[in-house]
Amino acid sequence: MKILVCISNVPDTTTKITFTNDNTEFNTAGVQYIVNPYDEIALSRAIELTEGGKGTVTVINVGEAANDPTIRKALAIGADDAIRVNAAPRDAYFVAKQIAEYAKGKDFNLILTGRESIDYNGNQVAAMVGEFLDIPSVSIIKKLAIDGDTATIEREIEGGKEVLTVSGKFIASCAEGVAEPKIPNMRGIMSARTKPLNVVDAVDAEEVTKVIKYETPAPRGTVKLIPADQTESLIDLLHSEAKVI
Amino acid sequence: MSVLVYVEQAEGKFKKSVFEAVSYAKAIADQQSTNLTAISIGDVADSELKELGKYGASKVLNVSADQLKTFVNQAYASVIAAAAEKEGADIVVLSNSFSGKGLAPRIAVKLKAGLADGAVDLPSTDGKFAVKKTAFSGKAFAITELTSANKVIALNPNAFGVKENATDAAIETFTADVKQSDLGTVIKEIVRATDKVSLPDAELVVSAGRGLKGPENWGMIEELAGLLGAATACSKPVSDADWRPHSEHVGQTGIAISPNLYIAIGISGAIQHLAGVSSSKVIVVINKDPEAPFFKVADYGIVGDAFEVVPKLIEALKAHKG
Repeated sequence: MKILVCISNVPDTTTKITFTNDNTEFNTAGVQYIVNPYDEIALSRAIELTEGGKGTVTVINVGEAANDPTIRKALAIGADDAIRVNAAPRDAYFVAKQIAEYAKGKDFNLILTGRESIDYNGNQVAAMVGEFLDIPSVSIIKKLAIDGDTATIEREIEGGKEVLTVSGKFIASCAEGVAEPKIPNMRGIMSARTKPLNVVDAVDAEEVTKVIKYETPAPRGTVKLIPADQTESLIDLLHSEAKVI
Repeated sequence: MSVLVYVEQAEGKFKKSVFEAVSYAKAIADQQSTNLTAISIGDVADSELKELGKYGASKVLNVSADQLKTFVNQAYASVIAAAAEKEGADIVVLSNSFSGKGLAPRIAVKLKAGLADGAVDLPSTDGKFAVKKTAFSGKAFAITELTSANKVIALNPNAFGVKENATDAAIETFTADVKQSDLGTVIKEIVRATDKVSLPDAELVVSAGRGLKGPENWGMIEELAGLLGAATACSKPVSDADWRPHSEHVGQTGIAISPNLYIAIGISGAIQHLAGVSSSKVIVVINKDPEAPFFKVADYGIVGDAFEVVPKLIEALKAHKG
């Protein structure tokens, strides 16, 4: 089985998000980058599914050379090889087009992504790649089991879950539950340096979206503290002041 | 030019988030001086479809083909895109629900449209069609211009509100060719907890963290949530320890929510947790540590032991409800 895992290079989860240039650009100063945590879950499941000589895992990233350390981290976790499409990722449509273009005509049985990237929170790439390749896509999956040509998937729905099957090639975006994220061991880190990381050129894609400005949430006023023995005043405030109950 | 809104049904009924998406789409149609058409797929009674008129849909396309009774991402996307083309709709709106998140990108590619998902406000009308959407997991918003001719918007639940705008909805049957290759996924089982409020679109949420010390102590959290009609949620360490299911984990790597009221009990308020809940309208924090960072972003706070405060809060709430 050949699996392609799409990985995104995102700011570490502890990053304080600030902007520069009149709030038009994300301030990258001092930001540590990581493999998008959901993509790590997808990658970990791909490795589990191919362990013991049952297949190979290729990771693909759309980005510039600065992303290479993040890609090497994915190789250290256990991917066999990596592809970097050499272009600044403009938007999800652009990224999906690059991934679809690379995957087209190659014999990947399965393509996995994370449920969303933690920077732009898109959750767009998986379904877009599915559409470009005209294969089924399943978004926000919680479990993935594969038996021969048929996959059984559990996905989240409002207030519950849905179990579905899909045969043949497909793409899915993974959420928590699909796998425990794997942590690279020393052997993985050493071998990651010599695993193939191939750089390919980007193809043209229409521009369909453009971020014109960022805003940060309005700061809240000072907290109103209520003594622990006056819980009834909290109920009163929520009812008559905040008007939420 | 017109606006098309996809109305997702669950067991033949529309939820509040659907009426919210219709209200939002109607406001866009008004901005553009055009009409709003809704499209429903699956088994929905005419009386339920008529309800959509209340929120401004003047036409409802009803798709009830046998193969489309239950959700098939690929086929639903094809039908919605076909309807947009037939109706000459250049703006497609849907709810940013679990299914909506799977549909919107496919519709966008079919229509060569820019997609704003996680939208929290109406598009700007200053010449640029720009939509405010969540970014950096609630730590910021990105004002995103959709530069393509066609546009797709997926609205976050609880971001716009339900607005009545009564009109008479004309119901029409809509048929679209469904390719066999669009039917690759087959649903085997749907499990829906009907006695619980679903977290992503809940208006009130009661959430608890490690301060609760163990899963056996969640009874009072569930009781409080039950009294309020709220959904229950938890912090990452709690779901990581399997005290609660992953589907309850809110935060940067869990789900982001924006309820009217978020009550955080025994959660210190790490930056990753705050990211997922900071767009809640009112935040109440109950924590025994007065230095807990969560108090800095809370509207109301009680410094005290959850095991003493929560039972008292339950009593006070019962008294309030009489």
